[in-house]
Amino acid sequence: MGTVAVHGLCKSFGKVQALDGVTLDVPDGSFFVVLGPSGAGKTTTLRAIAGLEKLDAGSVHLDGRDATGDAPAARDLAMVFQSYALYPRHTAYENIASPLRARRCSSSEVAAAVEQMSSLLHIERLLQRRPAQLSGGEMQRVALARALVRRPRAFLMDEPLTNLDLKLRVEMRTELTRIHRSLGGTFVYVTNDQVEALSMADQVAVLKEGKVQQVGTPTEVYERPANQWVAGFVGSPPISLLACHAEGDRLVGAEGWTLPRPRWTTAEDGRPLLLGLRAEDLSVEQRGNASLSGELYGLEPLGDRTVVDVRVGTEILKVKARPTVTGTPGERLLVTVDLDRVHLFDAGTGLALSEAGR
Amino acid sequence: MGVSVDETVSTGPVRDHTPPARRLGGRGRSVLEVALLTALAVVMLFPVLWMIETSIKENRDVYAIPAKFFDFKVTMDHFKDVFFASGGGRSALSVSFLNSVVVAGVSTVLATVLGVPAAWAYSRFAVKAKKDQLFFILSTRFMPPVVVVIPIFLMYRQVGLFDTKLGLILIYTAFNVPFTIWMMKGFVDEVPAEYEDAAMLDGYTRLQAFWRFTLPLLVPGIAATAVFALIFSWNEFVFAIFLTSSDTVRTAPPAIAGLIGGTTVDWGLVAAASVVFALPVLVFAYLVRKHLVAGVTLGAVRR
Ligand SMILES: Nc1ncnc2c1ncn2[C@@H]1O[C@H](COP(=O)(O)OP(=O)(O)OP(=O)(O)O)[C@@H](O)[C@H]1O
Ligand SMILES: [Mg+2]
Repeated sequence: MGTVAVHGLCKSFGKVQALDGVTLDVPDGSFFVVLGPSGAGKTTTLRAIAGLEKLDAGSVHLDGRDATGDAPAARDLAMVFQSYALYPRHTAYENIASPLRARRCSSSEVAAAVEQMSSLLHIERLLQRRPAQLSGGEMQRVALARALVRRPRAFLMDEPLTNLDLKLRVEMRTELTRIHRSLGGTFVYVTNDQVEALSMADQVAVLKEGKVQQVGTPTEVYERPANQWVAGFVGSPPISLLACHAEGDRLVGAEGWTLPRPRWTTAEDGRPLLLGLRAEDLSVEQRGNASLSGELYGLEPLGDRTVVDVRVGTEILKVKARPTVTGTPGERLLVTVDLDRVHLFDAGTGLALSEAGR
Repeated sequence: MGVSVDETVSTGPVRDHTPPARRLGGRGRSVLEVALLTALAVVMLFPVLWMIETSIKENRDVYAIPAKFFDFKVTMDHFKDVFFASGGGRSALSVSFLNSVVVAGVSTVLATVLGVPAAWAYSRFAVKAKKDQLFFILSTRFMPPVVVVIPIFLMYRQVGLFDTKLGLILIYTAFNVPFTIWMMKGFVDEVPAEYEDAAMLDGYTRLQAFWRFTLPLLVPGIAATAVFALIFSWNEFVFAIFLTSSDTVRTAPPAIAGLIGGTTVDWGLVAAASVVFALPVLVFAYLVRKHLVAGVTLGAVRR
């Protein structure tokens, strides 16, 4: 068992409202990712779950039991801190052993558990070193080992991979997913990296300025963003947003373009909207009837693909293309739109229009 | 973790540092410097040297005119007089030294035991009107002892603390606790609170987390602070002379001062007593010098 549920968490630091009614429901055994930009309140959320932060309002339930006022030690959680928080005077071995020592495990149990964790995270060579003698990535792995060495109710991880280099990060991503699957615990994982969120999560909660924007599976969050902000934050290259309004069976852009109106939308004529177009739902290489005309603004070769920036009026569209695509800036282009996959947002509230009819 | 460091050292190869002598204007200047420093050192250290010399001179040489710098007879009689009464048994001075040790030691330990956890609490917890409280704590040190000693004397007489070692211990502790809180709060602030957070998640209570993970990192700071507190209590004169009257309670500073006065002054004894009085603090500071430097420069904690 290991469910974590928080309800209506509020926390302010002086004038800063770090958490503003955060409600999350983490099912037992799930890999739950809290995704948000810097300063969104991700760390504060984890600290609230861990009992390290005194809340202004809200409750924390662990395994269905109200644990709001409980001491951190009584909550039976493990946490990887964003700053590692490895004990500077202890060796890596003693750091990893600390949660077991606190629970008075015998030294043979400790040795076995530390050995297992260190081989899992490839840090056997580092066990006798102190944190000051470790690199950032090595410290991060020791911090992970310290959290994973025990079987707590849930693991709280605060950006545990951010300080690793790209190659190691990708490796550790799969590694962590594997560890999650083999240990079967509940993971609450905080990150500002949407790739991590989409690739690892069972469920993602998108957080912005202390408010939960959307909770859902990675696919839901990506394919059905609840609002304009989530659409812009999740996905790379970012979604392109064009100002427009509906007029009969057409969408008319502020820049003069027109597209067939998606059948599912019920927006009344003239209401200011934002059309969201993901780079992979656009193409400069196919011909079709639903298209926008613009001019080539720039090319961004990324190896496996090239992102083509197309200027439509004063707005820039990002279009995913094959790496072989070429062109000169200023050249006229026709961008084909996959009309089944566009998103519409209310320009005033930023909320997604109901896609019920889709 | 410092980020700014990179920016300041990143530009270009490291240039040779100009040798200090050159920078100050050539060889002549450096000779002048050495001469001035030597003169200063002689002026500063002469009284100490004279005190040590006098303490090992025979009385005849002590009073000799002109003064004898080198060719005097060495004797340890004065030191013997410091510790033993002329008729045998302990001297009054040796009792006063023992009192000093007890009073300074106990008050320093008390101030540390009370002050360090208080500093930790002020550093870690949201306390109402924290700044005002800290200012109030510091303000107790604004009054010079001479100003408050009379009311304290009257109060002590009422409650029976006058002329007791406990009375002195209490007043020195009261003086050292604010100092300890202020010094130690700086050191505790330097230790990231997350060590304790991590320890609590490991399964320790808050106090265990403090005791096992933060306290060891504070040792240099505690050593530095305790040395200062000890020096204060050891040297304190005003309270000691006003709040004690009997030889059995009196600490060393008023006891030594009491040797001067009267019709004849036994300068050899005064000097020997002063040497004995100066030694413990020097030795103690020497023993903890590593911590002292680390503590005073606040560089003790690695982040
Ligand atoms: N102890 C504190 N005192 C004052 N303000 C704080 C404190 N902790 C957090 N904040 C503020 O609360 C907000 C949320 O902080 P939090 O650390 O939870 O962000 P985060 O999402 O973890 O960001 P990052 O990705 O940069 O770690 C920020 O605006 C931050 O400045
Ligand atoms: Mg954070």
